[in-house]
Amino acid sequence: MINITINGAVLSVEKGTTILEAAQFLGFPIPTLCHMAGLTPYGACRLCVVEIGEGSRAKLVSSCTYPCEEGMKIRTSTARVVKARKMVIELLLASCPQSKTIQDLASTYDVRQQRFKQEWETCIMCGRCVRMCHEQMTGNALGYHGRGETRTIGTPFNIKSEECRLCGGCIYVCPACQLRCTYTDKEQAICNGCVNLSLPCVEKDKFKEMMCYMDPCVACEISGTHYSNL
Amino acid sequence: MCDTTVLRIVEKHKSDGDGIISILEDIQSKYSYLPESALKTVAEQTGKSLVDIYGVATFYRFFSLKPKGKHLINCCLGTACHVRGGQTIADEFEKKLKIKPGDTTIDKEFTFETVNCLGACALGPVTVVDGHYFSKVKTTIVKQILDEAKKGLDSIKVEGDKRIFPVEVSCTKCNHTLMDNEVIIDDFPSIRLTIAFKDKHGSLRLSGMYGSYNIVSEYEIPEEAIANFFCPHCNAEMKSPTICPECGEYMIPLMLKGGGIVQVCPRRGCKGHLLDLF
Ligand code: SF4
Ligand code: SF4
Ligand code: SF4
Ligand code: FES
Ligand code: FES
Repeated sequence: MINITINGAVLSVEKGTTILEAAQFLGFPIPTLCHMAGLTPYGACRLCVVEIGEGSRAKLVSSCTYPCEEGMKIRTSTARVVKARKMVIELLLASCPQSKTIQDLASTYDVRQQRFKQEWETCIMCGRCVRMCHEQMTGNALGYHGRGETRTIGTPFNIKSEECRLCGGCIYVCPACQLRCTYTDKEQAICNGCVNLSLPCVEKDKFKEMMCYMDPCVACEISGTHYSNL
Repeated sequence: MCDTTVLRIVEKHKSDGDGIISILEDIQSKYSYLPESALKTVAEQTGKSLVDIYGVATFYRFFSLKPKGKHLINCCLGTACHVRGGQTIADEFEKKLKIKPGDTTIDKEFTFETVNCLGACALGPVTVVDGHYFSKVKTTIVKQILDEAKKGLDSIKVEGDKRIFPVEVSCTKCNHTLMDNEVIIDDFPSIRLTIAFKDKHGSLRLSGMYGSYNIVSEYEIPEEAIANFFCPHCNAEMKSPTICPECGEYMIPLMLKGGGIVQVCPRRGCKGHLLDLF
């Protein structure tokens, strides 16, 4: 067991526990974005920064990837942490302002301005989709292309992957796309966002363990063709 | 194209215990690019997923997923070439060819690429066309370079090259002279280089006569063996991106006094060489 203190509270955790897990156990809130339960920690967004070390050796680390060490003193909301966190949110807002997740973060953490060049990226390279596909869906259809500034996410050759199971897991976890049926128009049962997508019901023969990323889908429920009725 | 070539390459590297990069390198040197089907074959054969292989293939600038044109133009944008106007040369090529770096013209004649240092900084700005060096390039000769490339810059066959004359060379990286007045070969100062061969390491002297293949070496180098060559002054490895027209090994570039580059093959006994007087 490893003994640590978080914001003064003493805790002993098992070896290999990350700071984030320990903090969550004690109920200290740390915002996260690229982190997701069930997926390996990735440390891409830096939203989960906390301060460790003391005096001049104090430093910011990403709590989702940093394992607890004996005697570690962790602070989750010092002025420095809050400042860094706000900056990260501001940068995220600059690249992908249309994301509901990021907007929510901004409002929760009181970020009211965005001082950087406004971009309208559709991806913040959080890597959630890639990990979801590999680790949970055993799809191996998504990966990173290129590097540095021009790194993107996609399937091999950016064409429909033969390995994709059309489970929609990638879309489901994406903080930027949020391609879900929003059903805003009374006249229309579906939002029609799906017409450009490959849906399992269109692309595959129905099978029992089918999963669909549009679920709950209004069209499906109205027509009674939902796969749970199989 | 799940052809035997790719299978053989994968097989060879599998038994050598090499990774994906070596496999892709070999495929690229065979086809000049990485065909989609070849990547699929590699994925199948190695048991790795296609996305990962695609990721590696797109990560390194060296790999290309698009077929290349007949002639390959490599314009250097490394620090030394950049400060001497490498960018304007690259822009001129872009304008003349009407393509962006990394692309191939529609008629499949030219592929234009930029690189960060071709190891001939003293000659900057440098452009290498089909393995031939063009040094101190100016925007005004860009068109001429393209015309010449179209006509074919292919080297004179070794047997046909009967020219013999003394040369004075220096390192393409640091510009230090490589001539050694203490050791005379063929009645002329020799060219001194540092060589590393297996675990040995020492000096080698080449004849200063273009057309002569006499050498004096501290160590006996067996025929066909390939040594690594270094500049005795700056210790940089001398290796050009050009491959020997005779045996396919990467060549050693030497800068000629008065302009131009002569390249010789590092394989003992191979007579491959190129002379670019530009
Ligand atoms: S829909 Fe395809 S790409 Fe997305 S997680 Fe499922 S298998 Fe992977
Ligand atoms: S596509 Fe979405 S989930 Fe995937 S890396 Fe980009 S923002 Fe993250
Ligand atoms: S829930 Fe059913 S009808 Fe709706 S998109 Fe998915 S498979 Fe198609
Ligand atoms: S949640 Fe820790 S770096 Fe993204
Ligand atoms: S910078 Fe161009 S050859 Fe080195």
